[in-house]
Amino acid sequence: MNPLIPLYVTIPLAGAFLIMVLGRFISHFNKYFASLILLFLVVISFLSLISTGEGVSVYKAGGWEPVNGIPIAIYMVLDSFTAIVLCIINLIGFLSVIYSISYISRYTSENYFYALFCLMVAGMNGVVLSGDLFNIFVFLEISAISSYALVAFGVEKNELEATFKYQVLGLLASFLILFGIAFIYWNAKTLNIADIKMVFSSGYNKSYHYLIQLLLLSGFGLKAAIIPFHAWLPDAHSSAPSPISAMLSGVLIKAVGIYVIIRLFFNMFAISEGMAILITTLGTLSMVIGVFLAIGQWDIKRLLAYHSISQMGYVVMSVGIGMILVSRGIRHEVATLAITGGIFHLINHAAFKSLLFLNAGAIEYSTGTRDLMKMGGLAKSMPATSATSFVASMSISGIPPFNGFFSKLIIIIAAVMARFYLLATLAAVVSIITLASFLKFQRYAFYNASPGKNKNSVKEVPFPMVFSMVILSIICLLLSLLAFPGIREAVLSPVTDILMDPSKYSSQITGI
Amino acid sequence: MTVYLLCFILFLTGLYGVITRRNLVKIAISLSIMEFSCFLFFALIGYVEGGAAPIVNPDDPAKLYVDPLPQALVLTAIVIGLATTAMLMAVIIRLYRKYGTFDIREIRNLRG
Repeated sequence: MNPLIPLYVTIPLAGAFLIMVLGRFISHFNKYFASLILLFLVVISFLSLISTGEGVSVYKAGGWEPVNGIPIAIYMVLDSFTAIVLCIINLIGFLSVIYSISYISRYTSENYFYALFCLMVAGMNGVVLSGDLFNIFVFLEISAISSYALVAFGVEKNELEATFKYQVLGLLASFLILFGIAFIYWNAKTLNIADIKMVFSSGYNKSYHYLIQLLLLSGFGLKAAIIPFHAWLPDAHSSAPSPISAMLSGVLIKAVGIYVIIRLFFNMFAISEGMAILITTLGTLSMVIGVFLAIGQWDIKRLLAYHSISQMGYVVMSVGIGMILVSRGIRHEVATLAITGGIFHLINHAAFKSLLFLNAGAIEYSTGTRDLMKMGGLAKSMPATSATSFVASMSISGIPPFNGFFSKLIIIIAAVMARFYLLATLAAVVSIITLASFLKFQRYAFYNASPGKNKNSVKEVPFPMVFSMVILSIICLLLSLLAFPGIREAVLSPVTDILMDPSKYSSQITGI
Repeated sequence: MTVYLLCFILFLTGLYGVITRRNLVKIAISLSIMEFSCFLFFALIGYVEGGAAPIVNPDDPAKLYVDPLPQALVLTAIVIGLATTAMLMAVIIRLYRKYGTFDIREIRNLRG
């Protein structure tokens, strides 16, 4: 039993409370305390990443042991997949808070911002850690409600409209998830993921299962903005304050969307070929349609938001290819490679997409506009922003030696080896269109002649913002190391092991 | 079976409201109707004919007990639903102050 596990949820929850109570009396308490909390979470999440390795550690709230192999209490489970996602959440969260120290000082009521930020981190950590559907639902709502409020933080026309759309679709997603959970409970009489796995493996009704899987896929797909459910994402992500856009795009859609889909389909359901094909199709559609919607955008943050849909498409498609092969029971090593590629791209996307949103925020901070047409010549006046955004743009378009290249390469190799030649071609083509779109961003924002009036007034952003952006661009470079043998086996292989072998996950919880 | 069907009809009523109404407050009300049809469905699933409260009495091993899990989940979900509805209403009030209308057709700055 790992005693650190409950701290991931309790520390940010307590922090949110303390910020609201004490932040009123002590000036600057909120920003430094929030950074301290997130720094602590980063340290313990990296400690868990190192110490977890192949194992699964379970925290049983209240010390309730399973009775006759049936888990009866709140269980929090930490395995290698969880540890990696926790590292992403807390690291990006920490850098966003550092960035916010300068960025949010323009807004009023900073206390609310930092308190809601801590709540959102607590919710996401809870979703990732919890071992039953009840807690996944509760923590999902905690992170969702705080993100609704944070999207509307500017309280102007656009922000309010975006958050209304986001809330209506978010509520629909919650209802679908709740119906899915209800149908699972009806059939299995339990909500613990490992226990449901045990019940379902002893035989089930096929069409009933399709109903449950479709409900959960559409619910969590709405949270993850896979293509038929993507309508809220560009509005919400472009209207939020930039550090929040970085959190939403870099972390939230993964932690409460993709992560839960992968976890439930691999560790709870027996994968059926029909669902696997459906998931692959949705992923491919997001990948292709997302990039075509992105290419015509002139608002930087909308452009980046559409690219989030497209890049998440890569992750879903790659994991879907792995699921198809697993369901057919053939070519185990290719399936492993595809899933590795998907998880690797998920990690990389967190790094470069949050960096891009922070860059967009820096440009908006200095020039006061998000329209690409009105910028130009920023490379001279904002050297740090220009350099870091170049790193991020090259990463997302898949140029070596940056991290995006290696994950896309693994995905394409896996698709070719699995004989999905069409998907491999589409992945390569989408990558080229992404490159075109980011060259447009680079050229219009940084290298064109400036439109004159803001030539001399534009200055580089303050130090905390530069600090976050530089650290993230270094992370972008370092993550490419994960592709190499040795490091890959240490970090990514345990993840695929736990996903490919569900008994490993459930045996630790039920004790059988 | 009829109760489940009625529950589903309630859900569809809410969905109809969300899709066809143009007034923001009416959309919020329709969402609440959908929400409560979910809760009702979950509570109905947990119903046990003749079941007692789950305080186990060792003298009477044959007694039928109710599983407290659906009730606990529905209660939690109702509290969450209160929070989301309050949040939604707050946003609607702010929208009314900015735009001067509740009509969703006139609130469309964001496109593309």
